[in-house]
Amino acid sequence: MMDKKMGRWLVLLSIVGALLCGICIISLCVGAAGIPIKRMLHIMLEGKGSGEYSILFDIRLPRIVLGFAVGGSLSLAGAILQGVFRNPLVEPYTLGISGGASLGVCMNIVFRWYDAIGVIAFPLSGFLGAILVILFVYRISMRTGALKTQGMLLTGVMISFISSSLVMLIMAVSRSEEDLHNIVFWIMGSLDEPNMLLIKVAVVGALAGLIVSYFFCLDLNALALGEEEAIHLGIDVEKTKRILFIIASVLTGLSVSVAGIIGFVGLIIPHFMRMFTGPDHRILLVTVFLAGASFLILCDTLARIVIDPFELPVGVITGIIGGGVFVYALSKRQVTL
Amino acid sequence: MNDALLKVENLSCGYGKDLILHDITFRVSPGELLGIIGPNGCGKTTLLRVISRVLKPDRGKIFIEGQNIDKMRHKEIAQKIAVVSQTLESTSMTVQEYVLLGRIPHYRKYQFLETGDDDAITQEYLGLTGALRLKETRMCELSGGERQLASIARALTQEPTLLLLDEPTAHLDITHQVRILELVKRLNQEFGLTVVMVLHDLNLASEYSSRLLLLNKGSIHKIGTPEEVVTYRTIEDVYETVVFVDKNPLSGKPCIFLATEEDIKRADRNRTGPV
Repeated sequence: MMDKKMGRWLVLLSIVGALLCGICIISLCVGAAGIPIKRMLHIMLEGKGSGEYSILFDIRLPRIVLGFAVGGSLSLAGAILQGVFRNPLVEPYTLGISGGASLGVCMNIVFRWYDAIGVIAFPLSGFLGAILVILFVYRISMRTGALKTQGMLLTGVMISFISSSLVMLIMAVSRSEEDLHNIVFWIMGSLDEPNMLLIKVAVVGALAGLIVSYFFCLDLNALALGEEEAIHLGIDVEKTKRILFIIASVLTGLSVSVAGIIGFVGLIIPHFMRMFTGPDHRILLVTVFLAGASFLILCDTLARIVIDPFELPVGVITGIIGGGVFVYALSKRQVTL
Repeated sequence: MNDALLKVENLSCGYGKDLILHDITFRVSPGELLGIIGPNGCGKTTLLRVISRVLKPDRGKIFIEGQNIDKMRHKEIAQKIAVVSQTLESTSMTVQEYVLLGRIPHYRKYQFLETGDDDAITQEYLGLTGALRLKETRMCELSGGERQLASIARALTQEPTLLLLDEPTAHLDITHQVRILELVKRLNQEFGLTVVMVLHDLNLASEYSSRLLLLNKGSIHKIGTPEEVVTYRTIEDVYETVVFVDKNPLSGKPCIFLATEEDIKRADRNRTGPV
């Protein structure tokens, strides 16, 4: 039975891995300046210093790497949270994490913290906003030493509304058109991040999140039966919930602080992959990460070329394509956790 | 009784400040089948929840094979105690995948994949419970009786020394009630598995249990053989309902018949004669 299952998992991993590689290559090739695949090897080996080399390695590759980290992180966080909450509608942004990040960045823009500490103030304020919201929601949801997941969900949704309202308040009272533009641009989300250090942090954070969460894949399988059943199977449910919640929060906080608000990825990719992998988190977590990365890189590529030479916000593409494909798939097949 | 498999001592427990169970003390010997009965809200399910450490006791101790469960890790408890709950979240996993989860307590640290032995044990208990034919069926597509069989198979796959069942026959027709309880009896008698089960149906509890524990308002009202516990006096005292207790002509175990108000009036008339 195990051999058969492993065989199926390997096939799935190969397909998702090949899809990721294919999308990465396409994303490298297409854009305002098209570069044929045949020329890529030549540019890589001998084109250093040329314009095409710079387009490939200074512009497109960093976006692909960031898309890999952010797409993987958001999808993974979605799969973890849907598993912990046993609720198919939960996604990383449901818990108010993105709301907190948006509020942090808006305050940075309006109070001009970036004048004092530089461009790092954008992701830093976003991350701090996300972390503060996480701690607040976590604190409120702790009752008699146990993390009440349903209460946490409601608190998160309310915090999200409050954060959004505060962002709108800041935008309404903001007198500077430049501030408004900056806020709107950041909220729409983008993979255009010039700071390589932040990209590296996002990649390391995403991979670390995948590795650590994988140690809890069996716990997530047991949690699918309910918290009490998971305890009967020997799972320390409270400890597991806390660790997984922290992992999902950090993954989301990192992604939002680097790339802004990119919706739908964390909601639809786990659902979509569950149609192929089933509910087993041992294969689901890895495939969700790779598929999320592929999806976001594909959406970013489309965002770059759809109305060339202008660029669309990537969140617009993830919403339209992701939502559309998902509704179609859902109508064809019943999805349960 | 020193070699008790399960020992519950002066247990008091509840939710928040409200205590549901008060000063509960009893022992279960290896190979015993103890039925827990009592009216709604008397604390039967709470007692199982605290034995399986879903709830922590406010006072008192619980020992399994001489070990205080408060000092055991969740995994160690799950290797000794398996629970079949009343409710199960709907899941799209297949019966085979679900039953295999019962091996989790036996996985080594950092073991993610099941071994050939785990597969073999899963198949064995799927076969024993009659759930083998359902192994590729999704859990969310099962009927109540089939789901209960799968739950028992999953619990057995944990290879426990103590099996706790919380109303295993709830919402089942008589065919499935008998099928489930015959399986439990077989596990107890042929495989020597110690069983503690909560039952609402007093006749089924009397028929299948070697001893009965009658709970009332969170305390033990009586514990003993079915003949000692299922008497019209204890049942009327605890359930505040008039019953007629007789013996099952086939098994000789006590069984109860409900008395309606009409029956009581008729009995009174017969006793006093026509006016």
